[in-house]
Amino acid sequence: MLTIQNLHAGIEGKKILNGINLHIQAGEVHAIMGPNGSGKSTLASVLAGRSDYEVLDGSVEFLGRNLLDMSPENRAAEGLFLAFQYPVEIPGLNTVNFIKTAVNEIRKYRGEAPMDAVTFLKRMKEKMALVNIEQTLLSRSLNEGFSGGEKKRNEVFQMAMLEPKLAILDETDSGLDIDAIRTVSNGVNKLRNKDNAILVVTHYQRLLDYIIPDFVHVLYNGRIVKSGPKELALELEERGYDFIKGENTVEAA
Amino acid sequence: MNTIAYFKERFDQLQPHENHRGLDLLRERAFQAFSSMGIPDSKHEEWKYTRISGLFSKDFQMPADPLTGTITMEDFKLLRLPGSEQVNEIVFVNGFYSISLSRIHSTGLTVMTLEEAAQNGFKDTVSKWLGDSAQYLKDGIHALNTAFVHGAVFIHVGKGKHIEQPLYIYHITDARSVNILSQPRSLMMIDEQAQVQVIENYATLGYNESFTNQVMEIIVDHEARLEYYKIQNDGTNTSQVSTTHIRQIGKSFTHTVTISLNGGLVRNNLNVVLDAKNCEAHLYGLYFQSGHSHVDNHTVVDNIKPNCLSNELYKGILNDQATGVFNGKIFVRQQAQKTNAYQSNKNILLSNSSSVNTKPQLEIFADDVKCTHGCTVGKLNEEGMFYLQSRGITEKTARSLLLSAYASDILEQIKPELLRIFVEKLIAQRLEKDLS
Repeated sequence: MLTIQNLHAGIEGKKILNGINLHIQAGEVHAIMGPNGSGKSTLASVLAGRSDYEVLDGSVEFLGRNLLDMSPENRAAEGLFLAFQYPVEIPGLNTVNFIKTAVNEIRKYRGEAPMDAVTFLKRMKEKMALVNIEQTLLSRSLNEGFSGGEKKRNEVFQMAMLEPKLAILDETDSGLDIDAIRTVSNGVNKLRNKDNAILVVTHYQRLLDYIIPDFVHVLYNGRIVKSGPKELALELEERGYDFIKGENTVEAA
Repeated sequence: MNTIAYFKERFDQLQPHENHRGLDLLRERAFQAFSSMGIPDSKHEEWKYTRISGLFSKDFQMPADPLTGTITMEDFKLLRLPGSEQVNEIVFVNGFYSISLSRIHSTGLTVMTLEEAAQNGFKDTVSKWLGDSAQYLKDGIHALNTAFVHGAVFIHVGKGKHIEQPLYIYHITDARSVNILSQPRSLMMIDEQAQVQVIENYATLGYNESFTNQVMEIIVDHEARLEYYKIQNDGTNTSQVSTTHIRQIGKSFTHTVTISLNGGLVRNNLNVVLDAKNCEAHLYGLYFQSGHSHVDNHTVVDNIKPNCLSNELYKGILNDQATGVFNGKIFVRQQAQKTNAYQSNKNILLSNSSSVNTKPQLEIFADDVKCTHGCTVGKLNEEGMFYLQSRGITEKTARSLLLSAYASDILEQIKPELLRIFVEKLIAQRLEKDLS
């Protein structure tokens, strides 16, 4: 589904990713872990197409197409979804109208007619139950005045509505207490199936207690320095990132 | 070219009022003021960024009389805003009150010529309040309107009357054959406990240049309530200086919304004088200009008496080579303790060649007051753009959604629903056109 080869990228002249290689197949959940500043969020941003990041080298293939050539909206229409670490507050933009616009713009891209109001409402009710989000929240302006947990639930709700092939969860656990993490994770788990894939980007292991990954990759200095099964996350939790840093200093020497 | 000599000649042709010497005196004094000050140029502090003196090299005709019949009912019907079937309408043509096109049917709402008002029971009101705005607007263009008070309107809302249907005031300029300078003038008295919604709208017929120099003065008495809306969406060959002067002489409530969507040059003066304890005033504005158009909002909130509240929010969107000005003055007089005055001006520049000059100006002479002010000039929120695009929304739609969202807190201040829907549609059309 997603193949990243030798990806180098940076921002404002500062190089952050130094040759990422990653292969994700349908049905898989991958976790990217790493200390602060290792390049986790940069990777998520580059994949979603944030324009202030510059790709310096390498390639990314998504469902057989060159992802890096596409605009952010076309990436989304092709089935990529980024759950933001800091969802943006937009006063004056009604959440339901926003999601309806997104659903129909994607349908338009795919050559489909706009979804009729009844089908849209039905789909919305269904997904609201799935991710445990209330109607009152959706009647408000997009993320405006939402708590941290409400914002993240809204991200997962959008994911449910747009049914992406690949969802990237960028530090979805940051700023959440354990109950909120559980709620959000339950939502994500219900959306897992054999046809889609999830890339979880996180600093802490605790989210992975709920969204259980098939593979764990450790990012350090803009490169994946270690990959392994889900147990790798536990090892990181126990020993901290210092052991990775230590190993890499030795390797580099 | 419209020189002072031209205006002198026209002034001398004015017929004196038979029974109201006061009106003649007012005109004479205003003409003297105009003669000494002339049309303001950029050396005038309040006209630094809005240049109108050059416009007068274009040779405008100032019609001497209403030119009855130039605008037919059929012409007018095409210019009407939606939902006009039930409402009250006052129509000015080339600056003169047109009785035949106007229609007033709400009980408690009385409309007559200013001359008529000055001769009957409203003589004292006219003497007292006509020209009240001059102390706030010391320039030749304001004086020019007063110098030519003729064909003006007096509007009265009776004590305790709640006028159910809004009052639309149309300023129509017939520029089909020549360039026209029109100078509509009105005075409105809202008595105690009365309530009214007023909507002013501007339209020019024809492709010659028009210049509308309009003044409306409104006096709001104890426990009265005024909602006032100004909708400007005229052509690019039009210019206007539009003055709305409100004095709240009893504890009362006013709510003004100024929407400027088009027009070659637009200068709005809005004065709100809080001349009684416990007054409340809300001032909202939205300007969305493109092409080479220019919009200038000069506002004054004058706190004379204690315990008043004013809340002001103006928002701008400027595209292409459009230019904007916001100048917001708040005065708090020595006596006006416990004043609460808030002011904010926000601007989005959609292009590199658009610009805005924004200037809050607070003059506070009382010590126990709360005043805040702020202004911002920026681009469309890039984080917001990326967020929307990352959900599959195209760049154009994302921009349109963000701009509509930005405008929404002003638009929701338009309380008459039909008017709000109409303005929302105009903005949607503009976004469609401007962002393509």
